[in-house]
Amino acid sequence: MKKNVSKSPWLLHYDASSCNGCDIEVLDCLTPRYDLERFGIINTGDPFQADILLITGGVNSQTGPVVKQLYSQMPDPKVVVAVGICACTGGVFKECYNIKGGIDTVIPVDVYVPGCAARPESIIDGVLKALKILDEKTEAMNGK
Amino acid sequence: MAKRSVVPFGPQHPVLPEPIHLDLVLEDETVVEAIPSIGFVHRGLEKLVEKKDFKQYVYIAERICGICSCGHGMGYCESIEHMMGIEVPRRAQYLRTIWQEMSRMHSHLLWLGLLADAMGFESLFMEAWRLREKILDMFDLTTGGRIIFSVNCVGGCLKDMDSAMLKAISDTMETLYEDMRPMAKTFLNDFTVQSRLKGLGVMDRQTALMTGAVGPMLRASGEPYDARLLGYAAYNDLDVQPVTETDGDSYARCKVRIKELFQTANLIREAISKIPEGDIAVPVKGNPDGEYFMRIEQPRGEAIYYTKGNGTKNLDRFRLRTPTTSNIPPMVEMLKGCQLADVPILILTIDPCISCTER
Repeated sequence: MKKNVSKSPWLLHYDASSCNGCDIEVLDCLTPRYDLERFGIINTGDPFQADILLITGGVNSQTGPVVKQLYSQMPDPKVVVAVGICACTGGVFKECYNIKGGIDTVIPVDVYVPGCAARPESIIDGVLKALKILDEKTEAMNGK
Repeated sequence: MAKRSVVPFGPQHPVLPEPIHLDLVLEDETVVEAIPSIGFVHRGLEKLVEKKDFKQYVYIAERICGICSCGHGMGYCESIEHMMGIEVPRRAQYLRTIWQEMSRMHSHLLWLGLLADAMGFESLFMEAWRLREKILDMFDLTTGGRIIFSVNCVGGCLKDMDSAMLKAISDTMETLYEDMRPMAKTFLNDFTVQSRLKGLGVMDRQTALMTGAVGPMLRASGEPYDARLLGYAAYNDLDVQPVTETDGDSYARCKVRIKELFQTANLIREAISKIPEGDIAVPVKGNPDGEYFMRIEQPRGEAIYYTKGNGTKNLDRFRLRTPTTSNIPPMVEMLKGCQLADVPILILTIDPCISCTER
């Protein structure tokens, strides 16, 4: 049964310190033109039921603990997708005094989606890559 | 005596993609006080002017917020241009105006979608965002970007539009004008929408002025103030009329934004019909020295850009007061006395843009 997680994964989106650009593109993926929901994905607000953590924006001193907390609240297996160049490395904001860097400074990241702002096509591609990793993690958990 | 309790709202909340935190003090189901705490998206962008060249900083200014991106770039550039006394070519001013007005349409459609989503009206949310895609297509066609497209530079614009592009925009606006009618009709006449919005969060003109509301919030309370009337860029050539409503409730705010959508579609077509030929940018020599305040009308209301130069390539200070910053005190005022279930909608009606506010 656990193997079927990737057929209907639940997605949790968190804005770490993004400029909104990637956030609205993530939401855009769920609307008629791109329709990410056709892969069985549902955007949820509840970390306890989420399988994919999608994070936009770099980490700052306030959101770092929140990101860590959300990650720890999610059940295993879980995958993390960093959307946008800020989430990958810090991007144009890297030199700001309140930016620590990309998401990988606080939690492990599985898929990096670059772009400013990341286009919906590349976000969908990133999420689909994450689904494969989710499958692998599930198998590893089942002890194969 | 009703029992008092404190309910935390956010920072990660399903109704908003952005993190905002509110402590709601409740008496049973009624909110008696709302204490906002911000700073989750603070990056420290204003300080970055000390590290970046004033021409490079345009790209940072455009990334203050992904929704009002074009406007921030434009406000920053206009402020520097006024300070340095640069005469921007008329065509560049028209191009900026067209892109900025298209941003206004995409922002308002986005907000209408989020509002429908907050009410649980899923199909209306999808409809608003489906229409918004057509405007993003036009951004893609003219600039190559969908959300953040970096077309402003100090001294003009980086990209020009040829006549085929202008015609494509004009045609899209014409079809969009008709396509938006059924959606607008649902927002304004549907029973479900009316029962969620009418009489909710009423703010009279006096309170709106006292608490410093701007943009559609202020205009929905009956004050005809619109910073576009100042006539920056190409607005002095265009017929800008502030859209006002008198009720001051959430329904009036929704109505103001819907009317602005149609008005903006007309403005864009007017600008396209009047756009002159000519250069799109002038070369910029020297470094800025002095200071300047620039006010522009963003989709969410009036934004103020302050720049101070010192004769070197780095600015001394860049300050931005965003519309959401000034709309938070009215929001806190509005939340007092409302029901807990209405809090998400009331927060949405100010059209919060947290990443602008916290920078």
